[in-house]
Amino acid sequence: MLDAIMKIFGKESKSSKDIARDRLRLVLVHDRANISPQLMEVLKDDMIKVISNYMEINERDMEVSFTNDNSSVALVANIPIERMKHSAEFKR
Amino acid sequence: MSEIIVVTSGKGGVGKTTTTANLGVGFAARGKKVVLIDTDTGLRNLDLLLGLENRIMYDLIDVTEGRVPYKKALVRHKRHESLYLLPTSQTKDKSAVNSQQMNSLCNELIKDFDYVIIDCPAGIEQGFQTAISAADTAVVVTIPEISAVRDADKIIGELGRAEKDNIKLIVNRIRPDMVKKGDMLTMDDIDEILSIDCIGQIPDDELVVTSTNRGEPVITNPVSSAGKAYKNIVGRLCGENIPFMEIVPEGFFAKVKKIFKM
Ligand SMILES: Nc1ncnc2c1ncn2[C@@H]1O[C@H](COP(=O)(O)OP(=O)(O)OP(=O)(O)O)[C@@H](O)[C@H]1O
Ligand SMILES: [Mg+2]
Repeated sequence: MLDAIMKIFGKESKSSKDIARDRLRLVLVHDRANISPQLMEVLKDDMIKVISNYMEINERDMEVSFTNDNSSVALVANIPIERMKHSAEFKR
Repeated sequence: MSEIIVVTSGKGGVGKTTTTANLGVGFAARGKKVVLIDTDTGLRNLDLLLGLENRIMYDLIDVTEGRVPYKKALVRHKRHESLYLLPTSQTKDKSAVNSQQMNSLCNELIKDFDYVIIDCPAGIEQGFQTAISAADTAVVVTIPEISAVRDADKIIGELGRAEKDNIKLIVNRIRPDMVKKGDMLTMDDIDEILSIDCIGQIPDDELVVTSTNRGEPVITNPVSSAGKAYKNIVGRLCGENIPFMEIVPEGFFAKVKKIFKM
């Protein structure tokens, strides 16, 4: 009923199905990631390898994790840089 | 080519046993030789759904522990003569069978049958691991509710870990009226979230309950929408390309037909 009124006044409220779908998407990212912390380590190692071609980084203080807001999930990496390489040193 | 199919779900009560019984009858109606194995030891139900509860002499545990050959424990269906049930024990528990025993039993069975269909217990414990161990194909049943879909995802992960790559999804108990109002996840939503090949969507249908009461799987009922959905699933599992039926709220005519049991 309230939904119907909201619609009349042009305020589309999100359907409960859309809410369910968004919640599921988020929770599954966490579930799947939680299933293997090893995979996070592998991912981290791969990132270090690539980034090290361009800069020296502090691997010990590096953080990689998932975060989410209402509608999307992001992989957030916090990677302290020790030294930028000169462009001549870049390995490509 | 024989096939071993396990019907599984993670969450309980979403329709595994109902699906196993209907697939069995569906394949048998196509002339295939089928054996259904109930692995929900301690909570056996498949016998009831098939109307075979009064004919059981021996069970799965008698077979795996070597007391009788499997042929002695099989119960033949009354009307579908190429359909057999291997019931489980109602008194033992799920640790009574292990994966090795399951594998050697299924290796025997595929010599004699076109389809071996295994009804899996809920959960991801040993009973689940045993039930999936011999399967080539896993059919994951879920319902359009957030908790059941999450559990299905977990099961899909477990199946992957057990190197079961052929996984099919069935979405059961869809309510067209709720889908229409935007209040229920659709098959497409779930398909997109789980990214698993979907082989059927089954409407929520009272006739599933009445047919269970009678011990006759709903697939034999020509007016049931769930029965029709199961027929389509059997066709798809046989490799046919059958379009998905539209899930629409029941029209006036269908309701009248049901009232008069046409
Ligand atoms: N499409 C449907 N429409 C209406 N009722 C249904 C439908 N599918 C299943 N049910 C009902 O849901 C209940 C649970 O079904 P079923 O026993 O097949 O689930 P299950 O996954 O095998 O459960 P368990 O995890 O306990 O083994 C039963 O009462 C059944 O009649
Ligand atoms: Mg069951």
